[in-house]
Amino acid sequence: MKSGKGMKFVGDSRVRAERTSQIPKDYSEYPGRTEAFWPNFLLKEWLVGSVFLIGFLTLVLAHPSPLENVADPTIIGYTPLPDWYFLFLYELLKYEFASGAYTLLGILVIPGLAFGGLFLAPFLDNGPGRRPPKRPVAVLMMLLGLTAVVWLTYESAAAVDWEQLAEDNEIVLADEVDIDEDDPGYEIYQDNCMSCHGGSLEGGPAGPSLLESEHDVDEIKEIAVDGIGEMPSGIFSGSDDELETLAEFIVDVTGDDED
Amino acid sequence: MLQKIYDWIDERIDITPIWRDIADHEVPEHVNPAHHFSAFVYCFGGLTFFVLVIQILSGMFLTMYYVPDIENAWNSVYYLQTEVAHGQIVRGMHHWGASVTIVMLLLHTMRVFFQGAYKKPRELNWMVGVLMFFIVLGLGFTGYLLPWDNKSYFATQVGLEIAEQVPFIGPEIKTLLAGDAEIVGAQTLTRFFAIHVFFLPGALFALLAAHFVLIRRQGIAGPL
Repeated sequence: MKSGKGMKFVGDSRVRAERTSQIPKDYSEYPGRTEAFWPNFLLKEWLVGSVFLIGFLTLVLAHPSPLENVADPTIIGYTPLPDWYFLFLYELLKYEFASGAYTLLGILVIPGLAFGGLFLAPFLDNGPGRRPPKRPVAVLMMLLGLTAVVWLTYESAAAVDWEQLAEDNEIVLADEVDIDEDDPGYEIYQDNCMSCHGGSLEGGPAGPSLLESEHDVDEIKEIAVDGIGEMPSGIFSGSDDELETLAEFIVDVTGDDED
Repeated sequence: MLQKIYDWIDERIDITPIWRDIADHEVPEHVNPAHHFSAFVYCFGGLTFFVLVIQILSGMFLTMYYVPDIENAWNSVYYLQTEVAHGQIVRGMHHWGASVTIVMLLLHTMRVFFQGAYKKPRELNWMVGVLMFFIVLGLGFTGYLLPWDNKSYFATQVGLEIAEQVPFIGPEIKTLLAGDAEIVGAQTLTRFFAIHVFFLPGALFALLAAHFVLIRRQGIAGPL
């Protein structure tokens, strides 16, 4: 392009009046079968992107994203779990050498060394060779790290009963359950049962829902005092009259569903 | 007609060299899956960017319904999920897209690592990429809280407790993120929302621009 004296501009701007070419460069001079990105290669990339998008949307349509009950800081016994890609860090903290007195090792030193090493990889592995056999230390360290991450993720995920978890945390909307909160039994329920079975008898991580219970009054009285399954005995504290009121209240609520 | 509009703009602001710089470059044979099928590994980076674009677009649509406050956050997500036309799909794209981003990012990182493509002169681009990996993990952590269900609440509580154990600055980090030294609540949700939709995406876009400028300047690493 011309420069210096004789250059022409558009108006008083700095834009040159001479038009630049819109024809792509000729890449046939380059080594191998080099191709122009625009528009030749972009058309192929477009195809790969479309196939990827179809696969992705199939996943999205087949699996609605999960949503649990609204956050309730007062519930007891909820087992917190991070998203799957943090499980390896979470699992690491369960090892003896990474928890308790060694917590710093688990939360800072080990992840710090691993991610710091990843960040500074070009300077740690600074030889000229690019092929994996020419840099065995770097490649082995990476394989070790990858194996550790996969193993920790697997260990963490395998210990979780995902189906049970989803079942325990199914959404129960308060207004779907018709509960008479003025019932004297509800007050007793609040004092004795709510912390595990929830404000609307919907259940929680520490206790099942009572809404589908098929027990009668006497059975409920017995369970409240002696416990059942994982529920310990002695949960109920109050008089026999109160126990009767409570059991009748619960049967009332669960009975409503059968009408 | 279109050509005339283009010429009109081009005459005034000389737009051709700008997009030529971005679009007009060569694709060497060794990265072209049309010539060597195994070169599909070079698609991972582009696909990571593609999923990121999906994340940005679906996230923009999610904010049309989402309310970052503890009274309404869960309700707005539930409403979007059950009542809004295609809301389930948009939320699904953002939810599953997060996982797919991590997977593609990992594959892309492994491709670059095992090919030794980060070696001189591409050290800077590798470090920019690892920083983006951290930012994406941060986006995953902050986004997990936003639906405000039990899962997100208790996981965030654990995450913040871990941050608190960092020596010297731990409590400060926790307060900075949660808005309070003790409570995970209303302040935490608005802070995580701000970090998730403004701070981290801003940083991500800047690094993404650097990543692309560097790759355009240096070109793709040659064949092994």
